[in-house]
Amino acid sequence: MTGHEKTLAAPSSAQAYFFKKHALMVAGVLVFVVLGGLCSYAVGFSPVTALQEFPNGLYWMSVHFMPGEDAPKALGKILSALFMSIMDSLAAAATAAVCAYICALIGSRTVGFGGIAQFIVRGIASIARNIPTVAWAFVLLACFKQNEFTGYLALFMKSFGFLTRTFLETIDEVPNGPIEALRASGASWFSIMTHAVIPLSMTQIISWLLYMFETNVRDATLVGMLTGTGIGFVFQMYYRSYRYGLSGLVIVCVAIMVIVCEVSSNYVRRRVK
Amino acid sequence: MSESLLRVDSLTKSYDGKTNALSDVSFSIEPGEFVALIGSSGAGKSTLLRCINRLIEPTSGVVTFDGKDMGSLRGKQLRIARRRMAMIFQGYNLVLRSNSLENVLQGRLGYKSSLAGALSIYTEEEKQSAFNALEQVGMEEFAYTRADQLSGGQKQRIGIARALVQDPLLILADEPIASLDPHSSTVVMDHLKRASKELGIACLVSLHQVEFALEYSDRVLCLSHGQFCCGGKPSEITPEVIASIYEEVEDGIAGVSAVQEGVTPVQRAGR
Ligand SMILES: Nc1ncnc2c1ncn2[C@@H]1O[C@H](COP(=O)(O)OP(=O)(O)OP(=O)(O)O)[C@@H](O)[C@H]1O
Ligand SMILES: [Mg+2]
Repeated sequence: MTGHEKTLAAPSSAQAYFFKKHALMVAGVLVFVVLGGLCSYAVGFSPVTALQEFPNGLYWMSVHFMPGEDAPKALGKILSALFMSIMDSLAAAATAAVCAYICALIGSRTVGFGGIAQFIVRGIASIARNIPTVAWAFVLLACFKQNEFTGYLALFMKSFGFLTRTFLETIDEVPNGPIEALRASGASWFSIMTHAVIPLSMTQIISWLLYMFETNVRDATLVGMLTGTGIGFVFQMYYRSYRYGLSGLVIVCVAIMVIVCEVSSNYVRRRVK
Repeated sequence: MSESLLRVDSLTKSYDGKTNALSDVSFSIEPGEFVALIGSSGAGKSTLLRCINRLIEPTSGVVTFDGKDMGSLRGKQLRIARRRMAMIFQGYNLVLRSNSLENVLQGRLGYKSSLAGALSIYTEEEKQSAFNALEQVGMEEFAYTRADQLSGGQKQRIGIARALVQDPLLILADEPIASLDPHSSTVVMDHLKRASKELGIACLVSLHQVEFALEYSDRVLCLSHGQFCCGGKPSEITPEVIASIYEEVEDGIAGVSAVQEGVTPVQRAGR
């Protein structure tokens, strides 16, 4: 505060500026709280009852979903389904990344083929991305029936859409200088791609690929429930037959798997610099 | 007239269709000649250099390089013409994730098929010439150092080596020493000068440092508002001439910040 008083000599425009800034901040918080309150009221969500009932729910969950003595026998089946799901996620992320990268190079604003190619690539990517994974799973289930491939394909579509979009941005952000230098030396489009664009975008690309892999591992459970594959199928099987203890075991395994995948992909990300 | 290595005839470039960044510029450069291009910020130096190798499409005018009309070239033909005119940049424009050797070898990409280029398949001679170029600029010990670990002056020397392996007839340098300290600047300019005198490579170098322009060049071209205002041997460029080019900048800056007091009548008249 004392500092403030000393700088009273500052132009009055500064005072007005900071007054406006603080007023905006307060207004922002108010809008947030009021909107939140109104929306909760509209959907009949009461924070108070929610807080009261939460402990009961938690208690019920911990009792019924606690893995029992049948857990060790089921573990083998769960782990092999888990393995399939991880493979699906990895395969979907990797193949989607390759397809997305090629599309992104072609459709890039800065180094791509321009006009029509840009339009087509962006169009395809946004269709693939904006249809939710769940919807993809239903559609593909109808087309390809219940098998591993369907689960993989649902993950692929989502990964492809998402990665194409992020790769487009990554490639457009590659510094223009080296590209210009290679162009000035008479290098062909392919050479410019392999010598400048790809190396300069690779760390970012790998980081996004790992992110996609993690997301896929998380989504694989849900997709599996819908397409009847992998870990999702196993979970649903136990859940539908009221074997909550085993369902709980599946959840624990999935959680551990997600954490392990996250930790290892963070490790890779740090090494690739 | 036809022997000139580079002829530029009434070159005009307008980015927005209204104002000319470059208007009706004509000059020629002989083989091995070292030409400095000076002019205030925004005078059109970068535009001129980039119109010559068609990184920017000129609006009108003719650029003839080594007997070929640059404006008529397409695709492969343009690539073939470009590989004989190397370019050096103020920001070095190296691929920072690659090492010096790879950066230098990239100067050879214009000579290679798409496939060989894309897969980095270089011949033994090309590798040898890359090491020779590194040696010429005194950077052979940094061959396997990643470019992002080099200082500015070292990066620019790699830039020169990359230009040299192109086996160019002409080097276009856009403010090659603008971000360097005086010592590194001298080193870089010495290398360019040597390329011009010993290897017979013509150099067109845009510079902000007038002393360097006067010391190193055979000829100075002064650009002002997209037009040549004067030019000639360094001895003919008097301090008054230089002052007349650069005073306009200060006036221009004053116009933007609108605070500078005491603008002289001459500077006002310059606008
Ligand atoms: N890509 C562009 N789009 C639109 N206008 C441009 C572009 N590049 C340059 N200009 C304009 O053209 C004029 C000449 O710019 P140019 O970059 O050639 O000047 P310069 O002499 O190289 O200046 P500096 O010494 O600051 O590098 C300037 O008025 C600039 O605003
Ligand atoms: Mg410039």
